[in-house]
Amino acid sequence: MSTLVAASAGNVLVWIVWVVAVFSCLGSGIAVITFSNPFYSALALIGNLGSLAVMYLLLSAEFVAAAQVLVYAGAVVVMFLFVIAYVGPRRETPWSGGPSWQTVGAVGAAGALLVEIVVAVGMQANGSLHSDGKVGAAFGTPAWVGRVFLIDHLLAFEITSVVLLIAAVGGVILGSHTRRTA
Amino acid sequence: MLGPDVAWYVAVAAVLFGIGALGVLIRRNTLVVLLSLELMLNAGNLALIALSRHWHNGSGQIFALAVMAVAASEVCVGLGLVVALNRRRLSLDVDTLSELRG
Repeated sequence: MSTLVAASAGNVLVWIVWVVAVFSCLGSGIAVITFSNPFYSALALIGNLGSLAVMYLLLSAEFVAAAQVLVYAGAVVVMFLFVIAYVGPRRETPWSGGPSWQTVGAVGAAGALLVEIVVAVGMQANGSLHSDGKVGAAFGTPAWVGRVFLIDHLLAFEITSVVLLIAAVGGVILGSHTRRTA
Repeated sequence: MLGPDVAWYVAVAAVLFGIGALGVLIRRNTLVVLLSLELMLNAGNLALIALSRHWHNGSGQIFALAVMAVAASEVCVGLGLVVALNRRRLSLDVDTLSELRG
């Protein structure tokens, strides 16, 4: 009986954490696309990434959550903030008049995309997304991820490193001073 | 599994993807378009990890890590383009960057 009470209390706690994470995730996502200053958009992206990391933890993906915080909040957003500071404060020119046909079409297209995803996933899942089942204690830990990554998916690991190298070289070429073609 | 079903996580991922797509379509600042792309990639990651948990299969998490690496590469090249545009004193408005020539 006491274990049952403890389990339901834990369930309520997980639900509360989940609801808070979802609201902060979607709210900061909307903030990213509505702030007119890109600096604030980049700061809102940090909140989005943090709440996503909380959801990864609830899904027992500890290593991915840690990598998310390190790679995104630690590297990607900092790079964004540096470039925004370098480019300088450029506010977007406000829309003249009411919403243009482009905005209306964009909202319609995004809504259609959302409906399409929900319908496609719902039809494909066909109610099979309700099973639970416990995972082993090792699921999502760094040792387990390392084993899966370096034994089962070694080729993906190597290709990922090559992609990162090519991107770094491309970034240097794009940003180098010596290239004058203008 | 404590907490909500995996279906709820997938629904959140779908909504987040929609928000990111809306940002890509309506915003005109190149930097904000890149930030919205990050939102879409993260929505894909959330769905991958939720379904990885659902099927007790680690490949989803590995794919999410690969997506993260690709997102870092995309930011690297995209911000390099922004810096190059800024050096040539070009506008960062995606509507005015319509001529695909040097």
